[in-house]
Amino acid sequence: MTKILTCINCPMGCELTVEVENGKVLSVSGNTCKRGELYAESEITAPTRTITTTVISEQGRPVPVKTAQPIPKDKIFECTAAIKALKVSLPVKVGQVLADDLLGTGSQVTATKSVG
Amino acid sequence: MREFDLVIVGGGPAGMAAAVAARTKGLENILILERDSELGGILNQCIHNGFGLHTFKEELTGPEYAERYAEQVEAMEIPVETDTMVLDISKDKTVTILSRKRGVEQIQAKAVILAMGCRERPRGALNIPGYRPQGVYTAGTAQKLVNCEGYVPGKEVVILGSGDIGLIMARRMTLEGAKVRAVVELMPYSSGLKRNIVQCLDDYGIPLMLSHTVVDIKGKEKLEGVTVAAVDSTNTPIEGSEEYFPCDTLLLSCGLIPENELSRSCGVDIDPRTNGPLVDEGLETSIDGVFACGNVLHVHDLVDFVSEESARAGESAVDYIRRGCTPDSTAAIKVIPQNGVRYTVPSQIHTADLLGDVHIRFRVTGVFKDCAIVIKAGDTELVRRKNRILVPSEMLDIIIKEEKLAAVTEDITVAIEEV
Ligand SMILES: Cc1cc2nc3c(=O)[nH]c(=O)nc-3n(C[C@H](O)[C@H](O)[C@H](O)COP(=O)(O)OP(=O)(O)OC[C@H]3O[C@@H](n4cnc5c(N)ncnc54)[C@H](O)[C@@H]3O)c2cc1C
Ligand code: SF4
Repeated sequence: MTKILTCINCPMGCELTVEVENGKVLSVSGNTCKRGELYAESEITAPTRTITTTVISEQGRPVPVKTAQPIPKDKIFECTAAIKALKVSLPVKVGQVLADDLLGTGSQVTATKSVG
Repeated sequence: MREFDLVIVGGGPAGMAAAVAARTKGLENILILERDSELGGILNQCIHNGFGLHTFKEELTGPEYAERYAEQVEAMEIPVETDTMVLDISKDKTVTILSRKRGVEQIQAKAVILAMGCRERPRGALNIPGYRPQGVYTAGTAQKLVNCEGYVPGKEVVILGSGDIGLIMARRMTLEGAKVRAVVELMPYSSGLKRNIVQCLDDYGIPLMLSHTVVDIKGKEKLEGVTVAAVDSTNTPIEGSEEYFPCDTLLLSCGLIPENELSRSCGVDIDPRTNGPLVDEGLETSIDGVFACGNVLHVHDLVDFVSEESARAGESAVDYIRRGCTPDSTAAIKVIPQNGVRYTVPSQIHTADLLGDVHIRFRVTGVFKDCAIVIKAGDTELVRRKNRILVPSEMLDIIIKEEKLAAVTEDITVAIEEV
């Protein structure tokens, strides 16, 4: 199977053509440097993203939060829903851990701003 | 009248970095004025990550980056007055401020740093016919509503303009349960970062419609939908290409302009290319003792660049105060943007008054591949730097060594050469 990706590592934004078989990368072309190949490899085999969103605190004010580690890309919506459902009471401090091991991803959820 | 050595207008990343640098250089009597109720500026609403890779060597969200600086301001016990709006700055640096606590007050400064940031192009300035029903917001306003007030303005969204704020909001609205139908961009390319196109649009299957624009807005009281059409090379809508998208929200992400009403009324000369003040190598404006940094000077894409630039403004202000508030003693040479360079900051350099290496920051006018940045004084080449690619969305920063500049007497040119 052929997949087309855009490398995000520099402004060149090379369009990468990736040959994939059974979830394995056979070849990468279109990249200008080695970083493009590594990017394709990780995007195909185990793409991850950091989620940033807000949790509405019990007092009604939103608290910005993030996953402290990147989570698998295909779990973005599930994880966002789980984060939204967290109960948070003000005040919170920046860096405060609001959840451990989000949905078994191994990532914590932390507050990114001191609120209240 | 209260008197201060240094008054800083704006408590965003620029104002905070300037204050911290001035205090680090030993200046005692500093005041930061901020119209909002807290420090941090625009960063408070930028809850996504991608800040601070240069400054802190880790990837932070906007509020985290702001809080690191706010903590330094607090630890250094630099006075901050929030909920305080600066109304006017006079040439002799009398600053008129308004706060609920003190009403209207005049304070006296020896030096002033302008750090008011920028604002979005308002929707009125956009060239869309039809009514202005409820449901049309600038992307930044929507960002503030969602991230700071916890209010999600709509369920079905079209975004006009593919600048970074628009892209970030496409993802943000999607994660909040809205359906983003399309991001519509007039130009044949996006002005946003590749990374944002991939992670904010491609990840969620949101189409990016290049060379398209909104030609009609439907709905009188409330937005009902928009008509999108393709445009030709002269940006004229192509008849027959119209497509209707039902939506309750239209976000406009059409660029930022430095907020310089105060600077203008103070008499500071403005560069029509940046819409920010003209400054010298120490970031001093055309008025002695008035400095500018951050987005009020020129729109930045990286906050790390804002902090670095603003620290230099803070240091220059301290030098000015220590020199006894006298103007620079020497004439200045000009820095002239040439082929492929849209503007430069600074626009002039006092080569005999240098206090260190000089940063020249600029943006290119288009995409250049396999090229070189060439900086010359007359016919003498000072810098030649090869690049594989230069794009307008990335601000460039070239440092010229003090020793190299000290002897220069001719104007300096900055240009892009094909190689
Ligand atoms: C939506 C968006 C996304 C961004 N994403 C990124 C990113 O991912 N990574 C990155 O590195 N950078 C990013 N940036 C860029 C970076 O955040 C900005 O360049 C930076 O915040 C600018 O700082 P500033 O202090 O100049 O302006 P601001 O943060 O706007 O601060 C200006 C302050 O001045 C105050 N002020 C203005 N006028 C007055 C007055 N008359 N009296 C008193 N106070 C006043 C304002 O209230 C405000 O607090 C982004 C910017 C935006 C807008
Ligand atoms: S492949 Fe290399 S040159 Fe191309 S975008 Fe990626 S990092 Fe940049």
